[in-house]
Amino acid sequence: MNIKKFQDPKLIKKIVEKLKRNKRQISLMEVCGSHTMAIGKWGIRDLLPDNIKLISGPGCPVCVTPMSIIDSVIDLKDVTIAIFGDLMRVPGERGSLELARAKGLDVRIVYSPLDALKLAQEKETVFVGIGFETTIPGIAYTIKEAYKNNITNYSVLTSLKVVPPALELLASADDINLNGFILPGHVSVVTGSNAYNFLPEKYNIGGVVTGFEPADILVSVDRLIQQVENNDAKIENEYSRIVTPEGNKHTQEIMKEVLEIDDGIWRGIGEIPKSELKIRKKYSDYDAAKKYNINIEYKEDKSGCRCGDVLKGNIIPPECHLFGKSCTPSNPIGPCMVSSEGSCAAYYKYERKQ
Amino acid sequence: MCLAIPTKIVDIKGKKGTVEMGGVKKEVGLDFIPKAKVGDWILLHTGFGLEIISEKDALETIDAINEAYQVMPDEY
Ligand code: SF4
Repeated sequence: MNIKKFQDPKLIKKIVEKLKRNKRQISLMEVCGSHTMAIGKWGIRDLLPDNIKLISGPGCPVCVTPMSIIDSVIDLKDVTIAIFGDLMRVPGERGSLELARAKGLDVRIVYSPLDALKLAQEKETVFVGIGFETTIPGIAYTIKEAYKNNITNYSVLTSLKVVPPALELLASADDINLNGFILPGHVSVVTGSNAYNFLPEKYNIGGVVTGFEPADILVSVDRLIQQVENNDAKIENEYSRIVTPEGNKHTQEIMKEVLEIDDGIWRGIGEIPKSELKIRKKYSDYDAAKKYNINIEYKEDKSGCRCGDVLKGNIIPPECHLFGKSCTPSNPIGPCMVSSEGSCAAYYKYERKQ
Repeated sequence: MCLAIPTKIVDIKGKKGTVEMGGVKKEVGLDFIPKAKVGDWILLHTGFGLEIISEKDALETIDAINEAYQVMPDEY
């Protein structure tokens, strides 16, 4: 697969030249943390003229995982706790899982939910299953496997968020001044690009499902500007090499079989209606929240961290007064600085002005 | 965290495939892409193939982009 062509400097220059001809003020939100990283890595914000603003959105699963999940995992005794590596240093009210591990908690980093299921062969295992649509099918798969094979010492503490309701919250906000969304490429592999049709239909805001190479991102910016110019908000799919309008039906089926939609708590944001997938009753033996009587609740972050405002696009990371001072990747105060895809980490790594 | 990577299937046994990444062989679940064949490029995420990548579509996209912004093929 030759993706080099999507990185071709001559092509990038041509697209940027065209973008510079636009004189309107344009604000676009890149919803997905991987886009935020790609934008930083390729220096795209610097390539764009000042009147085109890219604002980072809520698409970082680690950043929106409720603090109470970290706190309740720390209290679990005599079990193996399996997590994705990104979660290790996220601060809860009483410190991170990294700190808890140093004090003796059995925390293991896994690359795949399947690895977590394997750990259950040795010892009672709780997998902290977090993620958006991209990651959810694999987690649902392990629950179904455990059920099928009657594996009783495996359960999942879930924080499984779906993206469209978060976009709906942003699109319906009174003070919204977004002209369009750069929509997540890999979430859309599962959902399909049709999942966003409500944006133009209900809110007259368009979006482009976008890949992760610089040409992908710049072309999408151009298409969104054209939508604004022609007053023609719609959903376009720039990433058709992977994303279809309907999405992957096999992933959708397993999600539907194992999980059901419910209201969800997003760290820094609060409750978003119908934004979370929770384990169905049939599979409740595998629901760690039920097994260990864990209550997931919203907790105010008392550290002064403004991750919530960053995730909603209200501020950019350097506007947080802790950014780069007391909050750095080696000493993160909030989740947006911990996660490799958090906006604060991306700004710190790529866009910090010396 | 939603980052997924393109990788090529080098072997398939049942619903499990093998991909090679940087010289290391890795087993991946193909349950979500039952039509995948050896030689296909797939999008891999947390141990599962999520979708087959269309090489044809990739080439068509880049050709269309190059045409729209008038970058001559001989320019790269
Ligand atoms: S810089 Fe640190 S404290 Fe400020 S919003 Fe980002 S993560 Fe939170």
